[in-house]
Amino acid sequence: MIIKQISIFMENTTGRLADVTDLLAKANINLRALSIADTADFGILRMVADDPDRAVVILKEAGLMARETDVIGVEVPDHPGELARIMALFRDEGVGIEYLYASLEHKADKAVIVIKVEDIRAGLAMLDKHGFSTVPSF
Amino acid sequence: MPIWNREAECASTEARQKLQLERLQSAVERVYSRVPFYRKRLDDLGVKPEAITCLKDIAKLPFTTKYELRETYPYGLLACDHSEIVEIHTSSGTTGTPVVGAYTASDINLWSEVMARTLSMAGCTKDDTVQNGYGYGLFTGGLGVHYGARRIGANIIPISAGNTKRQLQVMRDFGSTLLTCTPSYSLYLAEAAHEEGIDFKSLPLKAGCFGAEPWSENMRVEIEDKLNIGAYDIYGLTELIGPGVASECEHKDGLHFNEDYFYPEIINPETGEVLPDGEKGELVITSLGREGSPLLRYRTRDITYLMREACPCGRTTVRIHRLLGRTDDMMIIRGVNCFPSQIENVLMRIEGTQPHYQIVIDRGATHLDEIEIQVEVEDAIFSDVTRTLEALRKRIHDELKSELGISAHIKLVEPRTIQRSEGKAKRIIDKRSI
Repeated sequence: MIIKQISIFMENTTGRLADVTDLLAKANINLRALSIADTADFGILRMVADDPDRAVVILKEAGLMARETDVIGVEVPDHPGELARIMALFRDEGVGIEYLYASLEHKADKAVIVIKVEDIRAGLAMLDKHGFSTVPSF
Repeated sequence: MPIWNREAECASTEARQKLQLERLQSAVERVYSRVPFYRKRLDDLGVKPEAITCLKDIAKLPFTTKYELRETYPYGLLACDHSEIVEIHTSSGTTGTPVVGAYTASDINLWSEVMARTLSMAGCTKDDTVQNGYGYGLFTGGLGVHYGARRIGANIIPISAGNTKRQLQVMRDFGSTLLTCTPSYSLYLAEAAHEEGIDFKSLPLKAGCFGAEPWSENMRVEIEDKLNIGAYDIYGLTELIGPGVASECEHKDGLHFNEDYFYPEIINPETGEVLPDGEKGELVITSLGREGSPLLRYRTRDITYLMREACPCGRTTVRIHRLLGRTDDMMIIRGVNCFPSQIENVLMRIEGTQPHYQIVIDRGATHLDEIEIQVEVEDAIFSDVTRTLEALRKRIHDELKSELGISAHIKLVEPRTIQRSEGKAKRIIDKRSI
């Protein structure tokens, strides 16, 4: 299953994150997972929200550079060593990861890890084959 | 302070104008007979050399532009035989085809004379040690100062540009009394000296001649304070000779123009009309006495005005005010001339980059010019992967570096954050307070 992540280009200035989250709050959009990649000058805010299509429209209307990006959400049992097992799988199958981050979501004893892979079809097929469940949205 | 050539620099108006007219007449005669480009221009205007009977007649002559210098590259405006050329200098050529200056032995003599005047104004005598931090080579700065100091008989340290540690070592060990380099580099040296624990108050350095880039009064105060010297502004351009066209005396109130060799006019850049003394406009210069590459009414694009009042130093030469700007959008960054259009070309070439950009020039902690180019991130170049965006920045940086020779900080900014103005876009924010 593919998740639509929202990617936003942001200048690395104080208060910019407040502007963006405020915008989403006013539109009543709930965030499920997020991470920021930062450099000296700019950052990329990546997040999973409950209505990505609408979120992107709102962000763009506000003049932000926002886009939907295909990512995978994998359910991982909440035990030591589970993430390591998945990472070993990616390594052994030769599927490259661009980045990943954990979601805020906790379903019973499972965590959701958001992964951006170089080849999303290959990534999904591999996870499926090894019995990992991917979430459609969350 | 010494006056190098009292007869020329303190001449009466009548004596000077007589000399200027003779030299102007020979210059027109020379280019008419030797340079087909000028012959055609003068013929088209119906002006024969004999038409120049007084200095005011200069207004009958055609202007020369930088564009025409490029069109005639390399030798189209040569007014001497090839065998008479003893030296060639060129502009950096970063803004297109370089401008070529050909010097005969007599031209080098002329250059030595005007540079001897320039250095004398800053107090240079044969007892001085000149640390020449201008680049030696095709650039006119290094050799121009060299010839002037040589004419005076001073001790020259031809250290050329860069190599800060060595500059400081030489300054201390050889006891340099005069420094010639770009003004921003002098402040960079001051900073480096401070780090090395060198106190300028303990050095014999007394003066500096600074040029080749715009600088401000504030910067002068800072240089004089930090280096414990007198800082003098010098003006020149490759098209006319290099440094030596005009320079400040100890009163630092305008730059004395060596008008017996370079005839200045101020014009309205829109209409070409000659403006009276004291009115701001574009500086236009005609070579008087140059053999290799004489120019008629060269449009410098520099904005200033003429100051005809007497100077307490005793020199009677007209002065120009410290440069007030440019009539075009040329930027001088660390001594390199460049235009926003060149930066735009590079951005356009890089796939997907829309030309929504802005150039911010500032002097940072190092006092050297720093250039930042802000580029708006559009759909076409946005990526959710930082590595991709960093690679784009690097590519813009590298291409600008190879194209223009300047190292700019590339800053990716959010869409629509660069101010849009009606009509002409404000592409350059110059914070250098010049």
